[in-house]
Amino acid sequence: MKLGIVIKMLFATLVFSLVSGLSQAEDKKDRLVLTGSSTVAPLLSEIAKRYEKKHPGVRIDVQTGGSTRGVNDARNGMADIGMASRAPKDSERSLKFFTIARDGIAIILHKSNPVKSLSDDQIRKIYAGEITNWKDLPGGLDEKIIVVNKADGRSTLELFLKYYKLKSDQIKPHVVIGDNQQGIKTVSVNPHSIGYVSIGSAYYQVKQGIAPLKLLPMGNVVASMDTVARGKYPLSRPLNIVTKTQPQGLVKDFISFAMSGEVHDIIEEQYFVPINR
Amino acid sequence: MTLSKNSTSYPSIADSVLKWLLVAVGGLSIVIMMLITVFIFTESISAFKIIDIERFFFDERWNPTAGEFYMLPMLVGSLLLMAGSIAIAVPLAVLVAVFNNFYAPKVLSVACRRLVEILAGIPSVVYGLWGLVTLVPMIIMIQSPGTSLLAGIIVLAIMIFPTITILIDSAIRSLPKHYIEASVAIGLKRWSTIISVVLPALRKSIFAGSILGAARAIGETMAVLMVCGNVVQLPDSVFEPMRALTSNIALEMAYAMELHRSSLFVSALLLLCIVFVMMFGKEMILRDKNHV
Repeated sequence: MKLGIVIKMLFATLVFSLVSGLSQAEDKKDRLVLTGSSTVAPLLSEIAKRYEKKHPGVRIDVQTGGSTRGVNDARNGMADIGMASRAPKDSERSLKFFTIARDGIAIILHKSNPVKSLSDDQIRKIYAGEITNWKDLPGGLDEKIIVVNKADGRSTLELFLKYYKLKSDQIKPHVVIGDNQQGIKTVSVNPHSIGYVSIGSAYYQVKQGIAPLKLLPMGNVVASMDTVARGKYPLSRPLNIVTKTQPQGLVKDFISFAMSGEVHDIIEEQYFVPINR
Repeated sequence: MTLSKNSTSYPSIADSVLKWLLVAVGGLSIVIMMLITVFIFTESISAFKIIDIERFFFDERWNPTAGEFYMLPMLVGSLLLMAGSIAIAVPLAVLVAVFNNFYAPKVLSVACRRLVEILAGIPSVVYGLWGLVTLVPMIIMIQSPGTSLLAGIIVLAIMIFPTITILIDSAIRSLPKHYIEASVAIGLKRWSTIISVVLPALRKSIFAGSILGAARAIGETMAVLMVCGNVVQLPDSVFEPMRALTSNIALEMAYAMELHRSSLFVSALLLLCIVFVMMFGKEMILRDKNHV
């Protein structure tokens, strides 16, 4: 009797999974494969979804694996399009790079913090734990600095570390955050903290006064969408897609779609900065 | 009211359809549970092939991209959060349930029950946001950085308290009437009745409620992620930041690859083991008491 019920269960489950399996039959023509940077991949997969909706029958497969893999896959034909969150290296000049957006990082302080600007060296020392009190900085109060850092593996962390030539185990954070919104909230409630987030996530909230924060300038360059888009803001990088040869057909059509104004809302949704052409 | 198999000699079609539907749904949930377990096992096995198990406990720090996998602080952190929140939430839940049933006037107890039910339905991310925006600044006034073990314990306690309260409350209401009648008959006061009759009879429900709450506490992710600070360390005090196993997965999974990724599945495996041990232990203890 008990065995009977088990067999019935298994049978019913089998039928259920067969039915759901059948509906997955798919059409394999018009397929694009994209591989590469885990920063660019989420953006491209949203863009790909919109493209697929506009062109029924086209299937775009977006895989992650790092910028270097993206470039290599594009070079040896493993992928139709590679994705790289950096500028081309000298050895990669023969490939075709297309910048679809830029990624910038803003250093954020609480609005009430009297410190007006920090040099690259000061920021590096704060994150390396060499400066631990705001009073050691021009205009700072006698308060302990609360260092807010991003979790391991996040692309913002990667860009931040690279720019300040820091290693992730050098940083002794007081708070580790995941996404940008959490970073904005954390610095908003903690008047003596310092953090960094994607510029697109903080810029409008600060401008509209939603978050009590300020974005520090980098050298003489203010942190804004505009300076990032024009490539003037130093703490930023291009988000590129790569092809082996001059793109043609479907690849060409997809790339021009990804570079058009039609996807600017997707780019901003992911806190990257669209480039106006 | 018997619904046993032999209650009707001619089962209707609706009955057999319903039975098959239930059998299918039941079977599916078992299969899904098993698939999840198998999946987590296979995903973490590549980590175990390369990393010795003791390294999860004795490496210097957690830095998986550089090949260091010190997971012990997160395991301890998760257990501390669970223990702390249970220690706050269970006594509170017992008090509220007793108040509802023995002290509160009818109107108040109904209002209180509805309120607790609403609390139970609030999404965890809302508790997390409240914790970050309200609770953390309060803790900052005592000691910076505010995002800490303490904040996590308080938020979790508030989150699991409604569930435990509802459980104990319904257990009190389903106590046999004659327990209380007998106690009143021999002249015990209300307070003595509660202490010496009601609470002992509730032992099992309170225990079951605590386990349920603990399971929810250890599995909670978003709220903990927002208020605990997520620094991988063994906290020296409740004001220090710490990272839970769940937050570890949520923070790093999106960008993790290869060994880093499978080490995160080891976090998941640990969580699964904790919940399994808890549920198994609960069954054992409850069954044991049945025989006493």
